[in-house]
Amino acid sequence: MNYDCIVIGAGMSGLAAGIRLAMFDKKVVILEKHSIPGGLNSYYQRKNLDVGGVRHFDVGLHALTNFMKKGEKGKPFSKLLKQLRLSYDDFRLHPQTYSKIQFPDVSLKFSNDFALLESEVNSHFPKEMDNFLRLVETVRDFNELDLTLGYRSSRETLKQIIRDDLLTEMILCPLLIYGSAWEDDMDFAQFVIMFKSLYFEGFGRPEGGVRTIISLLMKKFEEAGGSIRFRTAVSEIKTNAKGEAIGVVASGEDLMAPIILSSIGYPETVKLTQKFPSQKVPRTGAMTFLESIFVYDQKIPLAVNDSTIVFYNNSRHYSYRPAANFFDSASAVICFPDNYETQKRIGEGTVRVTYMANYEQWKNLSRQDYELKKEVVGDSAFELVKKLAPDFQGKLVFKDIFSPLTIEKYTWHMNGTVYGSVDKTRDGTTPVPNLFIIGTDQGFLGIVGSILSGISMANLHGLMTGSEA
Amino acid sequence: MTASEVRQVVIDIIADIAPDEDVTVIEDSKSLREQLDLDSMDFLDIVMELRKRHKVEVPQEDYPKLATLESCVSYLSPKMA
Repeated sequence: MNYDCIVIGAGMSGLAAGIRLAMFDKKVVILEKHSIPGGLNSYYQRKNLDVGGVRHFDVGLHALTNFMKKGEKGKPFSKLLKQLRLSYDDFRLHPQTYSKIQFPDVSLKFSNDFALLESEVNSHFPKEMDNFLRLVETVRDFNELDLTLGYRSSRETLKQIIRDDLLTEMILCPLLIYGSAWEDDMDFAQFVIMFKSLYFEGFGRPEGGVRTIISLLMKKFEEAGGSIRFRTAVSEIKTNAKGEAIGVVASGEDLMAPIILSSIGYPETVKLTQKFPSQKVPRTGAMTFLESIFVYDQKIPLAVNDSTIVFYNNSRHYSYRPAANFFDSASAVICFPDNYETQKRIGEGTVRVTYMANYEQWKNLSRQDYELKKEVVGDSAFELVKKLAPDFQGKLVFKDIFSPLTIEKYTWHMNGTVYGSVDKTRDGTTPVPNLFIIGTDQGFLGIVGSILSGISMANLHGLMTGSEA
Repeated sequence: MTASEVRQVVIDIIADIAPDEDVTVIEDSKSLREQLDLDSMDFLDIVMELRKRHKVEVPQEDYPKLATLESCVSYLSPKMA
């Protein structure tokens, strides 16, 4: 079969790229190895043994970053809506209450109103207020979308602006764990993207969770005339004598196209490519995570806990690196998804706890030890929830824990990485002509970022250049 | 196509590109960018839609001629005659 464009992977970026191409009459196919779309932001269900039926769970999505109110202009989210011809109301977004960065002696709250974080910094770090405002200016003036930028350390940049190390650690904590492929640091352009999307704009959650977004994208893609194949693994990206990508082998079938957009990760893409210059092989990132999901017979009363996400750390230094011992209980992200829709207080309650993990150690466990170790993680996470909501009387009715191996199994990301490679390709190009990277390894972050990555790479490499076709 | 038909073509495209915008209040002589939330990505879409719907080609160097509704009409009318 011949196509104008082949997209590998039906995650957020792949679907978005597919929509853009199909919208302008390109013959496009999306190839997805899994049986359902979503990629790193997918969903699953488990039987509810108590009352029958099923419980639905999101994977990945704690929050949709880049929150905006209806009608706001010039924001990443409004760009996404226009480019995909979606309406704000389609997303049925509910804003967060507020979130907090909780360190031993001090907590900083932030919400979808940046003034809250400013006043929190002012009251807890009064001597740093001017420096913080300078950082805000630096972030505001920075063009993070410049595709030609190279790596620049965020810690080094912050050191020149903020004097109090504790404030630096607290600012970095949510930004690192919500998007950094690098250990203990991140590229400053990514820092700016994250700072804007978390602190300037904030969090929301679509009613119905990640499935709401995925079904919107799927519907749009199908309406635009694109085709999608599930359970279809790409085993090879084919190149011609000149070393240009010309097609793929998918479930044993040759599919040809002059443009290939891969969303499966940069190192993962390289692995499939026949002639890839060996000196340019991108490195696999080391950051991977464990998540414990608890379902209680009731929602946690707002009087007990009204925050939406807690970025917890038990010391003054925030360590962001693979856990020394299977998982790192020194820090965690605790998500209370029920606190997006605060008016709906009936039904079961859910809490999700994310820890940093160590892929190698989990990989080397026997099946039995693996299950036992997951129990240890679950117990630790359960105690942490108790610590944050001590007066909650709810009864645990279901729990599930997914590990780096679960992530690897369902997303095929090497080593269970969530934020991909430490070698990004910001303009999407690879040493192989006609083969482009979209999604996390192109370097935009979060769900909104991934969608914008798919859009902008499809525009740049699929629509603007090949437009004479 | 008459000038008012060409004008309607552009308005229809903008309405599809930006479903949350009110296109009934656009002033013909004022910059589209200033009145609406349009960026370079959106101008790409206007061009792509003109090609898709009306087979009109707008080369990149002519993008500035799409700055206002008025300039759109005078630039596109000969091409859509």
